[in-house]
Amino acid sequence: MTLETFQLLSPELILLLTGIVVLCVDFIWHPDPEGSDLGSKTLWVPAIALVGLGAALVATLLLWGTPPTPVLAMMAVDPFALFFKVIAVVTVMLVIVAAVPYLQDRTKYRGEFYALLVFAALAISLASSGVDLIALYLGMEFLSITSYVLAGYLRDDLKSNEAGIKYFLYGAVASAVMLYGMSLLYGATGTTQLPGIAQALMAGDQSLQWLAVAAIVTLLAGFGFKIVLAPFHQWAPDTYEGAPTPVTAFLSVGSKAAGFAITFRVLLTALAGFRYDIGWMAFLMALSIISMLLGNLIALRQTNVKRMLAYSSIGQAGFIAIGFVCLTLNAEGAFFGINGSLFYLLAYLFTNLSVFAVVIAFETATGSSEIDDYRGLVKRAPILAGVMLVGLLSLAGIPGTGGFLGKFFVFGSAIQLQLPQTLALALVGILASVISAFYYLNVVRQMFFEQADEGATPIKVPLGVAVALLVSAAAIVIVGIYPQPFLDFATDSIQMLGLGMVF
Amino acid sequence: MDYLLTVITFLPLAAVLLILFIPREEERTIKNMAIGLSFIPLVLATVLWFSFDKGMDGFQFEFIAEWIPAINVNYHVGADGLSVPLIFLTALLTTLSMIYSSFTIKNRVKEFFLLFFLLQMGMFGVFISLDLVLFYVFWEIGLVPMYLLIGIWGQAKDRPQYSAIKFFLYTLAGSVFMLLAILALYFTHGTFDIVELAQVESIFNGVSWMAILAFWAFFIAFAIKVPLFPFHTWLPDAHTAAPTAGSVILAGVLLKLGGFGMMRIALPVFPEQFAYYCWDVPVIPILALFSIIYGALVCMAQWDLKRLIAYSSVSHMGYFMLGIAAAAAAYGRSGLEEAAAMASNGAAMQMFNHGIITGGLFFLVGVIYERAHSRDLALKDADGQPLRDEDNKVIPAFGGLGKMTPYYYGIFLVTAFASLGLPGLAGFWAEFFVFRGAFEIMPWFAAIGILGIVVTAAYILWKIVQYVFLGDFSMDRWNQVTHGATLSDMVSFEKVTMWPLVGLMILFGVFPTPLVDFFNSFAQALFGG
Repeated sequence: MTLETFQLLSPELILLLTGIVVLCVDFIWHPDPEGSDLGSKTLWVPAIALVGLGAALVATLLLWGTPPTPVLAMMAVDPFALFFKVIAVVTVMLVIVAAVPYLQDRTKYRGEFYALLVFAALAISLASSGVDLIALYLGMEFLSITSYVLAGYLRDDLKSNEAGIKYFLYGAVASAVMLYGMSLLYGATGTTQLPGIAQALMAGDQSLQWLAVAAIVTLLAGFGFKIVLAPFHQWAPDTYEGAPTPVTAFLSVGSKAAGFAITFRVLLTALAGFRYDIGWMAFLMALSIISMLLGNLIALRQTNVKRMLAYSSIGQAGFIAIGFVCLTLNAEGAFFGINGSLFYLLAYLFTNLSVFAVVIAFETATGSSEIDDYRGLVKRAPILAGVMLVGLLSLAGIPGTGGFLGKFFVFGSAIQLQLPQTLALALVGILASVISAFYYLNVVRQMFFEQADEGATPIKVPLGVAVALLVSAAAIVIVGIYPQPFLDFATDSIQMLGLGMVF
Repeated sequence: MDYLLTVITFLPLAAVLLILFIPREEERTIKNMAIGLSFIPLVLATVLWFSFDKGMDGFQFEFIAEWIPAINVNYHVGADGLSVPLIFLTALLTTLSMIYSSFTIKNRVKEFFLLFFLLQMGMFGVFISLDLVLFYVFWEIGLVPMYLLIGIWGQAKDRPQYSAIKFFLYTLAGSVFMLLAILALYFTHGTFDIVELAQVESIFNGVSWMAILAFWAFFIAFAIKVPLFPFHTWLPDAHTAAPTAGSVILAGVLLKLGGFGMMRIALPVFPEQFAYYCWDVPVIPILALFSIIYGALVCMAQWDLKRLIAYSSVSHMGYFMLGIAAAAAAYGRSGLEEAAAMASNGAAMQMFNHGIITGGLFFLVGVIYERAHSRDLALKDADGQPLRDEDNKVIPAFGGLGKMTPYYYGIFLVTAFASLGLPGLAGFWAEFFVFRGAFEIMPWFAAIGILGIVVTAAYILWKIVQYVFLGDFSMDRWNQVTHGATLSDMVSFEKVTMWPLVGLMILFGVFPTPLVDFFNSFAQALFGG
């Protein structure tokens, strides 16, 4: 461990330290949660977490520009990993801001909650920088275990318990299947290093081909579970509905991003030679099509906003996958496909977290997450309704929002390849996005067209939450009308260790 | 002057930001401020009208700046003879709508004017865009405020929520395919610039299936907005359900976005494909004829005044489509350049005139609806069928209003006659030019299309003028229909709203030259000759 190694791993080390400090501070100041309420002192814990996350964000950005560098043989610091570290840290920061008022009345054990979220950010950082199957697996499991606990965090709430258990059972199976795929790769190549696997597969004889196909299928099952791609999505609606809403927000963005990070890296550095024919392009394309259709069609029937957003996030995962499926390195303009996916993820982060911030604020005030109860929201809380409108329009892909440009870039890459199957993919995507407009606008309809019940009182939005909401809504619009810096960020982030060897 | 178009387009956005900070209880301030602010783009659009040089080729007031350089998307705007009158029309109808609405909108005033300004920005943006991505962004931005205008301020009995989502999904479904076509154009020609694409000799480098698919993607997106039969089914619902000002903007400007798209993009970029489907396989002129005749026949059978005028838009925009189809069909056929320019001028004039005439008609429907809270032309039985007397004649619900409200009657007559194309009023010239051009290019289609004018005259004179204004007025029947509402003639704000429109109808009816010159400078550039 040289000083340089410490420097390269500084975001992770800061996150680790933050998590431990949060735990300790909570324990020292608040040893007996059943005891007297400490009032505003409890705000110190999330504040410390936010400061630590902010420091990790700065550390990550300071590393920006580092050429791809291997660290400790198992990890890499490259722009690709740094991109996902930014996503992880920003996501957790926004989730914590939204979670503070939400947790106030729901549980007395709040310290660990923030610590677990910080550890989840650490897990995403580790998973996105792993270049070794073992490191990747450990990162994913770390993320899974923190997520299981977070999903079941409200222990007096049966639905939260169900969410945690369901997530755990599905997750365990998915992990096992993924591990099986990894063992196939190891058996075939004798190494767990991703670049090493690529070399061995290229050099090896033809019979290894079929082993690789089996490995791709089993790996995609595991990754698809984290990304929430259909048909590996069954856990999501129940877990999204039952989990504490800030956790749902985290799962729908952070966890999903981690899944994408590991998918992109494994497929591009270890299995890049298996893209065409019976390769990952076809499988991922099938998953994308199923996700877009199934997610968006089932979302039409949902009456609970969290369940609707669960299905919506399945559909959104399908859209994001399009860019990766259609990636190409000699593109017209900046339509490399994969940078479209990353741009989409960035826009999706702000969008989905804005929407969830509104859902959290609404649930905190009214205790409900039924879509019907949103009726007349514009009268009761114009700021919530306004931010929700911007977020939903972005999810639906209406111009002027980041969500539109995300779709623009991924559909563009599909059109660019001009293969029959990618054109079909673009057509399905376009149809799915029209379908999705219907259920997103259904919420708008409730908020703006319907009248609130007699006696419905205005909803007070705490100043901090209001500011956070406005900032994230502004971010959606800024990404939508001034995309160049974000596009550059996404395009630069394509660089990853070992990429280009086989392309 | 480079910034003139940009300033016009984004002034409404500035207005939104200003009004946002007025407390919503201050309704009077909001209304006055909105009206005042809406005059600035109107004044600037007038400046644009008079400082535009009709003798010059190409775009004027052009401005270009990088927007997303990585993919060669530019903020490229400019005006030509086609867009200047439409920009003026947008500014005028918005101001009039705001004056009218400031007296008729009673609830959620702040939201109404905010959304109206957003809508205006979207409309201006479409007319000035010379970059496909920019065009698409503005094209769709206008959808959201219109959706909310219909849904929030629509009349409860007209199913506003259903109409609003129908309007939104129809337009969205049409335009997403256009987005794919825009991307396909970019990957073939490396640019999103409309001017550059219009100069490409062989679009898609001669790959005909791509060109055909892309052409239809654009065409259907625009045809839904126009609307062309059979894509018109959203229109009667949306126009009927929308509040008066919303209907005025829908008919007056939003339909023109579709027509403008045809003339700005579909025709210049895909001339061969457009010509093929107008001449060799004449689906487009046939659909235009369907729109004209079918729309007019449906009007004959309507008993709801607002719905009738909504359907009359289908019929009237059919003339526009016939003109465009004739102009497109003449592409590449020597000797027909002059006729093509004529038909194109007629089509463009039909857009402008339909904007002021049908916009006016929707205001006038609003006038009677504000008083009677009913738009039925006939008394109805329990099943909603018109009641008949012993001679089997339908009993009009109003009837004889001409005597009671002479001012209203006069204004309505002028507008209605302009709508049916009476010489001396604006509507005449548009139809004259369309048929004058089309007869030379596609005589049979023109001959059938002219039948539409007869039916138009029939429904306007018979269904509107006779049922509403002629006959004997009976106070008992009025009380029965309106549940005892007071009957009064037009009041000053309604007059103020209608005067400019009636003035323009007469002005451009007697002296259409300024308008023709604008559109002709566009047509000459496109068709030569």
